[in-house]
Amino acid sequence: MSKMAKIKKEKQTAWQRFCAWVNGDTADRPLMPADPPAPRKTKTDKNKKQKTVSSRKEGIELNRFGSIYRICAVLIGVAVVTVLMVTVLQLPLFGSPDNPAVNEVVERYVEKGLEETGAVNMVAGMILDYRAFDTFGESSVLFLAVTCVTMLLMRDKNNTSKDEDLLTAREHVIEGYEEDIILTKIARLLIPCALVYGIYVVLNGHISPGGGFSGGTIMGSALILFAVSFGMIRMSRFFTYATFKKVTSCALLVYAASKAYSFFTGANHLESHIPLGTPGAILSSGLILILDICVGIVVACTMYGFYALFTKGEL
Amino acid sequence: MRLILELILPALLIVCALAVTFSKRLLVSVVIYTSFSIIMSVIWVLLESPDLAITEAAVGAGVSGLLLIYTLKKIHALKGTSDE
Repeated sequence: MSKMAKIKKEKQTAWQRFCAWVNGDTADRPLMPADPPAPRKTKTDKNKKQKTVSSRKEGIELNRFGSIYRICAVLIGVAVVTVLMVTVLQLPLFGSPDNPAVNEVVERYVEKGLEETGAVNMVAGMILDYRAFDTFGESSVLFLAVTCVTMLLMRDKNNTSKDEDLLTAREHVIEGYEEDIILTKIARLLIPCALVYGIYVVLNGHISPGGGFSGGTIMGSALILFAVSFGMIRMSRFFTYATFKKVTSCALLVYAASKAYSFFTGANHLESHIPLGTPGAILSSGLILILDICVGIVVACTMYGFYALFTKGEL
Repeated sequence: MRLILELILPALLIVCALAVTFSKRLLVSVVIYTSFSIIMSVIWVLLESPDLAITEAAVGAGVSGLLLIYTLKKIHALKGTSDE
């Protein structure tokens, strides 16, 4: 009788087993093979036998679902690729004049962009003048992302144990007197160049290709290189969590304030009081330079913040 | 010359994309992914959008590869970091 009941128990419907497999419900199988669970003591040999039999059965079931999963994956992949290919075949030719993307908006940008924004680089004029609000959203998204990473990875008293504290203290000591000669020498050469180039890209965003995002990323990678080669202790002499908070939020607030001002004065066919200057000069094109600098600061701080939080969990 | 580049670079992109999925070691995947970004930035230059090329080179090849490697280190998936 008991045997019958067991068989009944194991004979679940295929759907139930599939659900269990999808949910990762694999009885007492460990999820991570790296840390095997402590072996459980079984009272009798009978129990042991049953256990091995059931686990073997489970493995076979998993294998069966594995092959089905692979076939399904290939089928779905092929289907998606065909749909995408067919769609691409039906797209209009790249750059042909009767594309739906070529309309009065593009004409306006191309013909009157230089006159209205004062930016020689048309892309900068578009993203930081006509569509500055979108760029503000993007900067805010970066800020939010770094806030979330801070919430998840920031070290504090609640999420670290004593061992981890000891480990970080030891790492700090090692960091103090061990310097990689090749890394530090090359970093000394590279960091000033990268920083200057980043600043150049940010400041020339309205004249040449580049702008806040790319320049900010270059500056951020220079900061990361500094932190990698000279250690977090030297980094914390001029860049701490407090400066990070102040600088990023100030940059975002300046962006919001200046763009709000420009909306009130320049949008809706109102007269703008911000001088546009001569196109091609650095101090030209109204607010674009300020907005570029703000975006650059936010992006540089965010990139470095990501790095610092991912490595040490502190800024 | 330009035509050859325009033919070779997309083919290299596809090779890189396949190699990322088929490589066994995660670190190798990350390195191939950054090379994908570098090829992509050259393609952006050929398509006459230098703004995107700079951003792709800085973000795709620089920072995101670095962040991925540090994520691998954080989850102890790199060689030599598993015994912490």
